[in-house]
Amino acid sequence: MKAITRNHEFWLAIVVMSMILATALRSPGFASPEKLAVIFNDSSMLIILALGQMVVILTRSIDLSMASNLALSGMIVALVNAAYPEIPVPALMLLATLCGLCLGAFNGALIWWIGIPSIVVTLGTLTIYRGSIFLIAGGKWVNADRFSEDFVQYTRIEFLGLPALSWYALAIVIGFFVLMTRTTLGRSIYAVGVNPNAALYAGINIGRTQFVAFCFSGALSGFCGYLWVSRYVIGSVEVAKGYELTIVAACVIGGISIAGGVGTVAGAVFGALFLGVMSNALPVIGVSPFWQMAISGAAIILAVIINASSQKKSRRLILRLDQDAS
Amino acid sequence: MSEPLLRLSKITKTFPGVRALHAVDLELYPGEVTALIGENGAGKSTLVKAMTGIYQPDDGEIFFAGRKVTMPTPHAAFQLGITAIHQETVLFDELTVAENIFLGHSPKGRFNLIDWPKMNANARLLLDDIGASHIAADIRLKDVSIANKHLVAVARALSVEADVVIMDEPTAALSHKEIEDLFSLVEKLKSDGKAILFISHKFDEIYRLADRYTVFRDGEMVGNGVLADTQQSQIVEMMVGRSVEQVFPSRAVEIGPPVLNVKGFSHPTEFADIEFDLHKGEVLGFYGLVGAGRSEVMQALFGMTPSTSGTITSNGQVISPKSPADAIKAGIVYLPEERGKQGVILDLPIFQNISLPSLSQTSRNGFLRMAQEFELARNYASRLDLRAASLSQHAGTLSGGNQQKVVIAKWLAIQPNIIILDEPTKGIDIGSKAAVHTFMGELVEQGLSVIMVSSEIPEILGMSDRVVVMREGRLAEVFDNDKSLTAEALIRCAAGIGEQAA
Amino acid sequence: MTDTTTQPRQIADRLTSPLHDAVYSWPTLLLFVAVGLFVLNTFASPYFLSPWALSDATFNFTEKAIIAFAMALLIISGEIDLSVAAIIALSSTMMGLALQFGVDTPTLVLIGSLTGVACGAFNGLLVTGLGLPSIVVTIGTMSFFRGISFMILGDKAFNGYPPSFAYFGQGYVWWVISFEFVLFVIVALAYYVVLHRTNFGRHVFAIGNNPVAAQFSGVRVARVKFLLFCLVGLMSGIAAVLLTSRLGSTRPSIAQGWELEVITMVVLGGVAILGGSGTIQGVFVAAFVMGLISFGLGLLNVPGIVMSIFIGGLLIIVIALPILANKVRESRA
Repeated sequence: MKAITRNHEFWLAIVVMSMILATALRSPGFASPEKLAVIFNDSSMLIILALGQMVVILTRSIDLSMASNLALSGMIVALVNAAYPEIPVPALMLLATLCGLCLGAFNGALIWWIGIPSIVVTLGTLTIYRGSIFLIAGGKWVNADRFSEDFVQYTRIEFLGLPALSWYALAIVIGFFVLMTRTTLGRSIYAVGVNPNAALYAGINIGRTQFVAFCFSGALSGFCGYLWVSRYVIGSVEVAKGYELTIVAACVIGGISIAGGVGTVAGAVFGALFLGVMSNALPVIGVSPFWQMAISGAAIILAVIINASSQKKSRRLILRLDQDAS
Repeated sequence: MSEPLLRLSKITKTFPGVRALHAVDLELYPGEVTALIGENGAGKSTLVKAMTGIYQPDDGEIFFAGRKVTMPTPHAAFQLGITAIHQETVLFDELTVAENIFLGHSPKGRFNLIDWPKMNANARLLLDDIGASHIAADIRLKDVSIANKHLVAVARALSVEADVVIMDEPTAALSHKEIEDLFSLVEKLKSDGKAILFISHKFDEIYRLADRYTVFRDGEMVGNGVLADTQQSQIVEMMVGRSVEQVFPSRAVEIGPPVLNVKGFSHPTEFADIEFDLHKGEVLGFYGLVGAGRSEVMQALFGMTPSTSGTITSNGQVISPKSPADAIKAGIVYLPEERGKQGVILDLPIFQNISLPSLSQTSRNGFLRMAQEFELARNYASRLDLRAASLSQHAGTLSGGNQQKVVIAKWLAIQPNIIILDEPTKGIDIGSKAAVHTFMGELVEQGLSVIMVSSEIPEILGMSDRVVVMREGRLAEVFDNDKSLTAEALIRCAAGIGEQAA
Repeated sequence: MTDTTTQPRQIADRLTSPLHDAVYSWPTLLLFVAVGLFVLNTFASPYFLSPWALSDATFNFTEKAIIAFAMALLIISGEIDLSVAAIIALSSTMMGLALQFGVDTPTLVLIGSLTGVACGAFNGLLVTGLGLPSIVVTIGTMSFFRGISFMILGDKAFNGYPPSFAYFGQGYVWWVISFEFVLFVIVALAYYVVLHRTNFGRHVFAIGNNPVAAQFSGVRVARVKFLLFCLVGLMSGIAAVLLTSRLGSTRPSIAQGWELEVITMVVLGGVAILGGSGTIQGVFVAAFVMGLISFGLGLLNVPGIVMSIFIGGLLIIVIALPILANKVRESRA
């Protein structure tokens, strides 16, 4: 019991549910299954991206290039679809994911082989990737009428009342849960973040683990590139501009420590849902959408403060005050 | 007489400014315990790291079961069957006890996924095996005490089928009973035919457990043999070199009135009811086991630790240092144990390291005056016989002993009344050690008062006027260091052995 | 570095003269890059060498550089502030708000600057008071500060700043020498003195290299860092005055993305992103380099978004080169 109440994810889930219930008091339809499905669908991409960012942050790094990566990969599949509508959409999904993977691997390689701090590398590639969209598209947009029917439908087809987009997110959440809790790679990612020195002693290659983390964040960004373009039916330089910080915000709210090693899949999911519920709830309770930025900013600050106070380094215990917890 | 299972030949390892190992040999035999003996800084831990793939030797060869091997990574050492309990606990606070034990070789179930129930069960068995049945396997390591963390480290080392087990000061943080459990474990490993390298400072442990010994001094192997044929005094002579008795400077200083009085000094978790006086011209030794809370008390005196209570009186005035800056103003300075992390700023030039706390003296209206800074640095560097090519070179390019001199110079430059030295000669060469000791003598002759925290008994006995012994965050006893004070008495007091027997 | 034993040692103050060190330094190398870019620009466009074209070119970087000098100190101390552009937005909004009450120009400037200081102090308090990592804190305040601007302005804008207010961003001190440029030079000199010639500057370096050892040496680490956050806030407030004056209006989206350009300028100037080293001279030259690149590419009609590829690439290359050079040197040794 004590373990649960100490748990950040538990409290965050409570907060998210209270937000839904409080909004429902104002507008009863808000807690209906249909509306909840809409909210989840709206949050799906943020959930996927937050998982990618989580893996990176766990290894004491940060990926600020995710949104640019998403936009570039999205533009590439948009152009391919516009030019060759006969290519099946699953192949395009794979293409987007591979594009993202390569861009992520480029980040990871600079960090691993040259040893540049991740914040600098991804700050640089943030502008490089986005600038490249302009170059490959010649400054033009890809508009709704140029996409094939399948391309647009592959995020929308409903199954058991949920659109495909939501199912992709669910599948990735489950996949990451298994990855992070049940595989050697997942546990190595935690180990590197908790104590790099000890990880070295345990035979874990820190640079390679960080590289792999950036491959994950890159591949997920790329996959979301397709999802984004398909969902909003537009490919442009402006896609997801500034979204990199929303992704970091979801992680921070989800209790993922920027110092590395602390954070869970559930935390990332609820962090993203928090932002998703908020953006859906504000118009319902009559708050101007212009307030959203300030509120999410305040939420980030609050989350950091709460995380820091709960993760305070346990004081060195020398005096025999009581027996060890066992 | 069997063949050695692991043989190291002419291993050499250098770091910038330090020759850590120079052409050392070592042989480990199956079913035998070999003790590796040497002072702090003799190169023991470096050797352990070279044997476990963490460091790559610059030169030399390693033979395992007669076959030449290399260990490019810790994993390679692991696969050969070499496992180590390292001196520092290299574990993961945020992971569970079981995972700390099995990270990297967790039991796998279907689809090659980690089998948590099995991992917890295996961890349980291992912990029970080493007499640590009181540690739960599924709690996070950060909720485990320091002593228990060491037991987890032992369990981790034994979680693999290893033929060579290295133990680097495994008893340093353990209680009497835990040490006994560990010893029976070593006996068991021995009877299983493992080759064991046992590193310890404590001769009683060595004589009880080990079959062979190898002595290191200043990164070189100076002797080895069978322990049963060797007197303790011979080994000590090898360790120290030249003469058995370390020479400490004699001094004739008039002990003056108290300059510092500490009463009821307490902290919620680290120490309680600390009371002592420090007199003018006195060297007050602080002895205790590692983790007894000595450094914590000193850092609190130096203003590093908030939430302390009690009264500190310095030269008749009650002071309550809230930060090191406050303590320095009151004339109290602290030479930290972790020189590289807390003492010198490695990437700043020597002169800037020395002048850092004295900038208000060398500057005018807050503006730097380089000439004055250099003069100050030059003055103290030559007093301490600092060996450096220039005062503008980074402190990180100096050897450990010379770095320590930079830290001492930094503190002398502010002309303090009280200087607290925390393990002042840890990990520095014999020559620098002697220089530091001589210098301490000079300091008290000039009317300073010195508090010296040390874990080296010869240093404590050789330098202190009185000795305070701490145990588990409390003051155990204060001894006058007359001829009757013995190393034995200090150790018993620090470990609380006398009380348990009673 | 060999120990020369026996004779009583007189340790030299330096082995190389300060002049020698200055010549073989990052700012000097960067200066060559700047000169090269200057020459390239003169080839690229015949109009480049006209005094007015050169004067116009400076507006590309002066406002960002004014923040970059303070940011350099903050980054050297081991912290970072990603909220500077948001502080500009909030300061500008506060000035616009005050304008609605008909305040005069000096008061406008004061409000802009003080809003900046208040934002900086807020960041500083969260980082030093509560011990939070500055990168997340300022990602949060970045949304928070600009969010307040959006709350106040929505999709509207403040216009109608008094004519006397226009001087800061549009006025000229003498001939083609703009007020902004003069301020940029003065600020550069001031920060040079603070960082390289005062005790405070020395404390900044000590903290950046090793905050623990600095604390153990009696440096008041938290106080210094707090002051640095306030300084960055102040400079952002001043930049807000200049930018608002130049544009003549306030929108909540003002100065979007500037935080990354400011940090790029600092890093390009040779400041170590992880703290501990850097010079104001380097940042000064880096400001010109970035200004010349964007102006030159502008003359070639290269769109802004493509320019950002150059800036991003430059950032990575500039950091990678010394590391790679070090690796090559080590592998040879």
